Amino acid sequence: MMADSGSEEIAVIGNTDLTSAELENNIKNTMVEIEKWTSVLRKMEISVGEAEKRTGKNTVNMQEIYTVYLIETRPVDAVTEGIIPAPDSLWRRYSEFELLRNYLLVTYPFVVVAPLPEKRAEIVWHKLSADNMDPDFVERRRVGLENFLLRLASHPVLCNDKIFYIFLTEEKGWKEMVYETGFQAKADSRLKAMNAAFRVKNPDKRFTELKHYSDELQTVVSQLLRVRACRNSQNIKIEAAESKKLCKIFLQRVADRLYGVYKVHGNYGRVFSEWSAIEKEMGDGLQSAGHHMDAYAASVDDILEEEEHYADQLKEYLFYTEALRAVCRKHELTQFELEMAAQDLASKKQQKEELVTGTVRTFSLKGMTSKLFGQETAEQREVKLQVLEQQIEEGEEAVKEKNAESDEFVKTAWIDIEHFKDQKDRDLKEALISYAIMQISRCKKGIQVWTNAKECFNKM
Amino acid sequence: MSRTIDAGVSPTQTNTIPADISGQMLDLDEDDDLEVFSKDSTLADGNMFNASMLTSPGSMVNQCKFEEDEESDSKDIFITVDNPESHVTAIETFITYRVLTKTTRSEFDNSEYEVRRRYQDFLWLRGKLEDAHSTLIVHPLPEKFVVKGMVERFSGDFIETRRKALHKFLNRVADHPILSCSEDFKVFLSAQAWELTTYKKQGPGFLSRMGETVRAVANSVRGVKNRPEEFTAIQEYVEDFSNKIGSLDKVTQRIVKEQKEYLEELKEYGPTYTLWSGSEEELAEQLKGVAGCIERCCKETEEQVGHLSDTLVPVLHEYVLCAETLKAVLRRRDNIQAEFEAKNEALATKKVDRDALKEEIDKLEDRVEWANNALKGDWGRWQRSMRGDLKSAFLSTAEKNVDYYEKCLAVWETFLLSQRTEPSEETDRDNTP
Repeated sequence: MMADSGSEEIAVIGNTDLTSAELENNIKNTMVEIEKWTSVLRKMEISVGEAEKRTGKNTVNMQEIYTVYLIETRPVDAVTEGIIPAPDSLWRRYSEFELLRNYLLVTYPFVVVAPLPEKRAEIVWHKLSADNMDPDFVERRRVGLENFLLRLASHPVLCNDKIFYIFLTEEKGWKEMVYETGFQAKADSRLKAMNAAFRVKNPDKRFTELKHYSDELQTVVSQLLRVRACRNSQNIKIEAAESKKLCKIFLQRVADRLYGVYKVHGNYGRVFSEWSAIEKEMGDGLQSAGHHMDAYAASVDDILEEEEHYADQLKEYLFYTEALRAVCRKHELTQFELEMAAQDLASKKQQKEELVTGTVRTFSLKGMTSKLFGQETAEQREVKLQVLEQQIEEGEEAVKEKNAESDEFVKTAWIDIEHFKDQKDRDLKEALISYAIMQISRCKKGIQVWTNAKECFNKM
Repeated sequence: MSRTIDAGVSPTQTNTIPADISGQMLDLDEDDDLEVFSKDSTLADGNMFNASMLTSPGSMVNQCKFEEDEESDSKDIFITVDNPESHVTAIETFITYRVLTKTTRSEFDNSEYEVRRRYQDFLWLRGKLEDAHSTLIVHPLPEKFVVKGMVERFSGDFIETRRKALHKFLNRVADHPILSCSEDFKVFLSAQAWELTTYKKQGPGFLSRMGETVRAVANSVRGVKNRPEEFTAIQEYVEDFSNKIGSLDKVTQRIVKEQKEYLEELKEYGPTYTLWSGSEEELAEQLKGVAGCIERCCKETEEQVGHLSDTLVPVLHEYVLCAETLKAVLRRRDNIQAEFEAKNEALATKKVDRDALKEEIDKLEDRVEWANNALKGDWGRWQRSMRGDLKSAFLSTAEKNVDYYEKCLAVWETFLLSQRTEPSEETDRDNTP
């Protein structure tokens, strides 16, 4: 599993994109690898354990503090044999996770790649200085990173990727190995292509619908997350529904209000306690009622923590919409290239016909100049014709290739999208159920506290 | 201890200060001074021309009926305040309320009265009662105008809140063994509008009231020297109570505010799930279900906030006003004592007509004694009412909250039930696909 052995098998350097041949090659190779990796990856326990702070020099040679996460892996088999061996482990920082994901995006453009948790602590707490170092943030990110790895490990295509496997198992040299695949050049051209403006004439309808769906999902989940309030940040306002900006200003208004309601009841606790000191008959009742009010106020912290978990589940799918859109975009790109190739071929054929028949049906500068300055010689025409025929042949090959590429992409992408849809339906259905369970738990707590308080008031 | 009203006593003599108003009060036997009281009208705390004259506690021992527990079967007067109506004249617009009285008390000519009264009339009545009994605790009236919260003077909520407070006020007076015997009270309940206007015009003129006020101010400036320990204790309690009840009032209003804001957010939250369901196939039904649950919880929340505003907030506010009333009563008691002390000192130092001064001092001393007893008696009564009112308000709030959570629980449990087709499959799965 050394760095050099990986490069031949997986990526091809130099091309701006994977041709269908390359794609096929990749799949073939990964199929071969399946024998080697599957048995390990599919039966592997993966967890992201602790997080630690490290210091080091960054790319501009300045001192920086960053967090690393411990990745532990252990074959499931070993556990079942009654012996529990110590897990293998290594440390990775967030930027390495990003690198892994970018590599996968480029290498498997037809896959809806699971999203990473937020890069920065976009939530503004009162302690503004310690953004990424805030323990709560680090913990939530740890959970998010573990989730990310588990998503990859259970993906039928991605789980077999060698770079992924090595990410999990070899700390040193992994980064170099990734760069040696030459994916960076592909990544750059992919980025350029994704951002380019072009019009596709005949996109596959399903992709168009998928794009609409992902836009709608993004809008709705953004709204939900926005409406669920953020505690301690009463003055933050939502600027845009754009998902990136939303992650920066994670406002949850409902939870904020709920927090307020519960916490103000804590004041009852304090005042009841003080008041009970001056009352003879009501004292006991007031005092104990006060304790229940304190308990009520305190209970909201746990409640909101659970709701935070629900919000994280929604957030993941919010971020997924970006991956969906990327796949749709890739399809458009592929389709566009096909259309361009076909257009090019058609135009070449047209030129040939004109040359052969001597008629100029379409306006061209050449046609004009030849009219003005006389006809070409027969030899000149013959040369031209041969060139054209050559180009036409190449053009037909190109169209055939692009066609195959496009078909292959659509096929593989759609399989993955169906897989994604099923996963999404399962996950979100479960999330909604857990949300209901949370509400039930909150109601039960409320009933208990106020029943107790009522008994205390009765003793007043 | 209960005493019955002597049917033969004329209306003018029904303002009595029994020595023992509350169960906590000292026995008559213990305090020999009480026997010294005479029927001299100068014992009256308020104005000498007050139609309600005072008689000595000693002779009134058997005269006023009071119940420590306000049992309905022993209640003989029922008052309701309702039916607010707006009146427009050239000069002003004002609201009148219908005051309906049903009574078996003999001092009333009829058994039923229906009159219309405006807020000013209530203010007048309370003023008269306080004047006549400056050291009795007269229940406060709702405020003239609520500035905070910017409540419109003629808004439905404001009028309703005021109506309830006015109703409470009259019933409190009716329940009070001494105050309910007041002639002013009787006239308030029974006289027609023009009759009341005429009645209001008699009585002390402006100037005599002025004199009273000046004296009171002078006395308060002097300050009381030997305040009995028990009144100091009461004063300290009132200070603390005032702080606590003020805090509770603020806390409760804050809770109402937060709850209302929560409700506003919740109202936006539910429809978002409905919107989402439009984009989904498999999840659509479930999302609509969640939206429905949130909507129903919204309704319950609205009801709960309403209950808080209607039940707890007014009571707490009422007792904030009570605390101010108590402070005023204590001040007035102090003033009475201060006046006595001043005169007493004068006796020792100044060369005046000693006999005349001595007589005056004796009267003042009686007055002090009498004021103290009145307050002491009413104090216990007030504390009991306070406990009852606040206990009942907090109880009601707690019950409503339990009810609220029970209803919301039912909503979500019903939803969950509809989702749990294969419970084992759902519970085993966690976030990992």
